[in-house]
Amino acid sequence: MELTDFVEKFAEQFDDTDPSEITAETEFKTLDEWSSLIALSIIAMADEEYEVTLKGDDIRNSATVKDVYEIVKSKA
Amino acid sequence: MAFFHFRNVKVAGMAAGVPKKIVNNLTYEHQISKDYDNAAFVKVTGVEKRHYDPELTTSDLCFAAAKQLLTDLNWDAKEIDAIIIVSQTLDFILPATACIMQDKLGCGKECYAEDIQLGCSGWTYGMSNVASLLQNGDIKKALLMAGDARGHMIDESKSDPLFGFAGTVTALEYEEGNDGIKCHYGTDGSGYEAIITPGGGSRMPFNEQSFIDEEIDGKLYNALTTRMNGMDVFSFGITTAPKSIKKLGEHYGFNYLDADYFIFHQANMKMNQMIEKKLKLPKEKVPECMSQYGNTSSASIPLTIVTQLQNEAKDKDLKFICCGFGVGLSWGTIAFGTHNLVVSNLVEIDSDEHML
Repeated sequence: MELTDFVEKFAEQFDDTDPSEITAETEFKTLDEWSSLIALSIIAMADEEYEVTLKGDDIRNSATVKDVYEIVKSKA
Repeated sequence: MAFFHFRNVKVAGMAAGVPKKIVNNLTYEHQISKDYDNAAFVKVTGVEKRHYDPELTTSDLCFAAAKQLLTDLNWDAKEIDAIIIVSQTLDFILPATACIMQDKLGCGKECYAEDIQLGCSGWTYGMSNVASLLQNGDIKKALLMAGDARGHMIDESKSDPLFGFAGTVTALEYEEGNDGIKCHYGTDGSGYEAIITPGGGSRMPFNEQSFIDEEIDGKLYNALTTRMNGMDVFSFGITTAPKSIKKLGEHYGFNYLDADYFIFHQANMKMNQMIEKKLKLPKEKVPECMSQYGNTSSASIPLTIVTQLQNEAKDKDLKFICCGFGVGLSWGTIAFGTHNLVVSNLVEIDSDEHML
């Protein structure tokens, strides 16, 4: 799996945030639109695209998009 | 391996009771969260409206539904030899609500009655309990009641308006030769904290600290209110439910896609859409009632059949696969067929219509 591809899919889960605002280094929880509802979309995306089950703590313990990517990669 | 096949059992009828009072989440007076507006909540969870009335209990709803169902089935309460109530909002810490129900419904004293404390998966578990009592013909008719009315466990001004009130009744009877019910069950108690009402039981008894609020993920809860780790429940649901349905089909050698309807516990529409997609189910085979009734806990599956499939189930033979999953963590999938299922009209209950 590619980091750029993952970042793109991560960004697609937001409705109002411009995808260009989201990079591998983005601290996603600081984005205005971030909420527990978006977190569900991220978990769904990881399951659908990578067949990886993310837990609540995986999201809670991640700061950047890349942190989530590393977890997904390690479980894939 | 918790697979079971209970033969000689017929699913004869279903009924559901809900409060007359309705809350509309879109026009709801409280802002649901400081992080998102009510429309965003409705979009993701799917819950537009809920029947909700803190004056009513689960037993009030089940009692009214049971009276209606007995009338529609033309069954005498004296013929009922077992009553099982599945709920996490029972009338008292003790005695069991099923005992009171035996008397109030007018069943005979030679009646088996017990409560089962399960939530989202509870109806599927209750079905196996009732079926196991009936399968040898020792008793002929039984009622399974399932539902929740968790008014006192939710602080409406502080937490997600996800839950609706509903009490359902499923009537089962002994019928020689009926293929009965095929079941698969599973449990993962390591996830017990994912959905929990921590206070008021024996582990953390009610005391003066029970009302102190704590903040979890931006929302306030006290020890007596139910909190949920939404992310963990979500990932549990989208992985466990599809696996359980596939396992049941594989174990008993049938193609799960041959069922006419798939009825899931509905906790969050986004989660259910994922499950549907993973099982490649056509949308028309997966009815829902969550948009109008909310998450109704162990009532969700029979409530969906009562509100969405009443006429079809009356006229046609149908094959159902039903899957409940959630608090415990606990899950169950059952498959059964129906022939001229008696489905009562939805019973709507006033605030002062009590069983006790």
